[in-house]
Amino acid sequence: MSESKLTMVQALAQTLDQALERDPDVFLMGEDIIDPVGGAFGITKGLSAKYGRERIRETPISEQAIIGAGIGAAMAGAKPICEVMIADFYAVCLDQVANHAAKLRYMSGGRTTVPMVIRGMLSGGLNFAAQHSQAVESWMIHVPGLKVAMPSNPADAKGILTTAIDDPDPVVIFEPVALYSVRGLCPDGEHRVPLGKAHIAREGTDVTVIAYGTQVPLALAAADQLATEGISVEVIDLRWLQPWDEQTVLESVQKTTRAVVAHQAVRRGGFGAEIAAVIQENLWGTLRSPVLRVAGANTPVPFATELEQRHFPTVDSIIDAVRRTNT
Amino acid sequence: MIDSQTRLGIYERMYRIFRTDTEMRGLIMAGKVSVIYYSARGQESIPSAVSALLTTEDTITTTYRGMHDTIAKGAPLNEVIAEIIGRSGGTSRGKGGIMHLNDPRCGVMATSGIVGGAVPIANGLALRAQMTNSDAVTVTYFGDGASNIGAVHEAMNMAAVWNLPVLFICQNNEYGEYTPRMESMKVEQISIRASAYGMPGVTVDGNDPDAVYAAAETAVARARAGEGPTFIEAKTYRLMGHVFGVDTMEYMPREEREAAVAADPVPAYRARLLEDGQISDSELAEVEAKVDQEVAEAIEFALASPIPDPSDLYTDVYAEVVPA
Repeated sequence: MSESKLTMVQALAQTLDQALERDPDVFLMGEDIIDPVGGAFGITKGLSAKYGRERIRETPISEQAIIGAGIGAAMAGAKPICEVMIADFYAVCLDQVANHAAKLRYMSGGRTTVPMVIRGMLSGGLNFAAQHSQAVESWMIHVPGLKVAMPSNPADAKGILTTAIDDPDPVVIFEPVALYSVRGLCPDGEHRVPLGKAHIAREGTDVTVIAYGTQVPLALAAADQLATEGISVEVIDLRWLQPWDEQTVLESVQKTTRAVVAHQAVRRGGFGAEIAAVIQENLWGTLRSPVLRVAGANTPVPFATELEQRHFPTVDSIIDAVRRTNT
Repeated sequence: MIDSQTRLGIYERMYRIFRTDTEMRGLIMAGKVSVIYYSARGQESIPSAVSALLTTEDTITTTYRGMHDTIAKGAPLNEVIAEIIGRSGGTSRGKGGIMHLNDPRCGVMATSGIVGGAVPIANGLALRAQMTNSDAVTVTYFGDGASNIGAVHEAMNMAAVWNLPVLFICQNNEYGEYTPRMESMKVEQISIRASAYGMPGVTVDGNDPDAVYAAAETAVARARAGEGPTFIEAKTYRLMGHVFGVDTMEYMPREEREAAVAADPVPAYRARLLEDGQISDSELAEVEAKVDQEVAEAIEFALASPIPDPSDLYTDVYAEVVPA
């Protein structure tokens, strides 16, 4: 298939356009998504002009109502894609997501289902301060019934979104805004990333770094640096967080015997703890070091740039962790 | 006046709900089943009247105290009762209980245990009907307590802005759990909140099925004609308090309760139908005998229904079955 070099914004815009064209049941709901602005980050620019304002549906600032409308429409046969403008706002509508969308299939004994997609933007590292900067994937992973994903590059952004749109369950996708303008090769046509499938972004033999979102490019940069020191790092980009690719991760750590998990989200109770637990449960006798975590500080995100930079992991954080697996 | 067949149908629904509830309470008091049970005794009129205007294409959402709404909409009694007692023959195969009754075949799409939680979902059901050019409507039932929660306000505003075919039916039974309504809100009439969002609102005697029918008829016609949502406050009373068997109802004044019992809407409607002369006592008795039989068979079915298989813990979390 032919590819083009696109930013994640362009890849997402293209994916939405292709899905809207292909499937009349797909429609969008979110704040400020119509033309001329086309969304807080411009991803939906041009779509309401092309598909109309019924299918590209601007909403009031009402996250509970937005998600609830998505749930009901999905139950009735639509394929809504809702937007939560900043992931921190999930706290406003967590009832709808966690108590309803996630559970209606179960509570109904399988008789009603909620095939909806919710896209939320992770805006950390961009000076937006404490209430606009959180990475909240662990909230979602912790709720059985939700599927969760986080792309690190344009092709995966497209592939995950396309797969999610056709998935019969509610899928929560986190898009890292810090990666929105990074270019990457992206297939031009319909492209999918199978549910639960990770990607080995770089092969290596000495240590496995399991990462997702913004930490993937950081892990790759760390791997480049460590290669000059003779340390061979295997980088796995999880892509899907629930379900996640335990098999690929365990096979890798079986091979390397050392593991580091890197995520932007706060360390305490973060998804890294779950991954580390699964690794050590399965590879106790094989591991030659405890599984280490690189993560956000256990603090709210501060405003001042100098402080904010100290909250989030850096390339050096990952390099340091890899070195510590060898001590 | 509403035609007699419609009124007989309303009475039949009321009687069905009343008999089912009476039997359920009997089972619990006799110790034959041990489940948390939210009785809707006293509130039968509302969904019985509204359902006379709805087809299986129309959808509803309701609340934990919503078995009457589900039964009135046409969900099979045997499956409803089996679900209430947690058996595999239930509407949710025993995995939902009374707080999560559903029957998509007859449009009962979601029951929420979160107060007000299903009201935003009703908007989505209505939106799909609107977007597919269907004239189906959605009725969302909720209580006076729910009318204070944020999700309901968001939903009302959105429904008005998008002109959705929704009926917001507030079953005002004057209590939110153990708290009297007027200790939780300043306004005497809940329906005035409708105008705050730009939709018509009306308060009716929710224990007068004919009055409920009249208000709902107007609202359903509006919705089907694409004229948008309506708020109906239907005033009623919970004859059995909050959680049946647990609630001593000491916070509900005795005179108030006694008056409500004396004004029991089920025998009251029966008496009125006879008084109005179009329906005979024997017609009513025939309906009652039929429903008595239906309820007895449904109870038998439910009690004989097996408890869910242990493996069912893991089914329906996702479309795919996942291991532990």
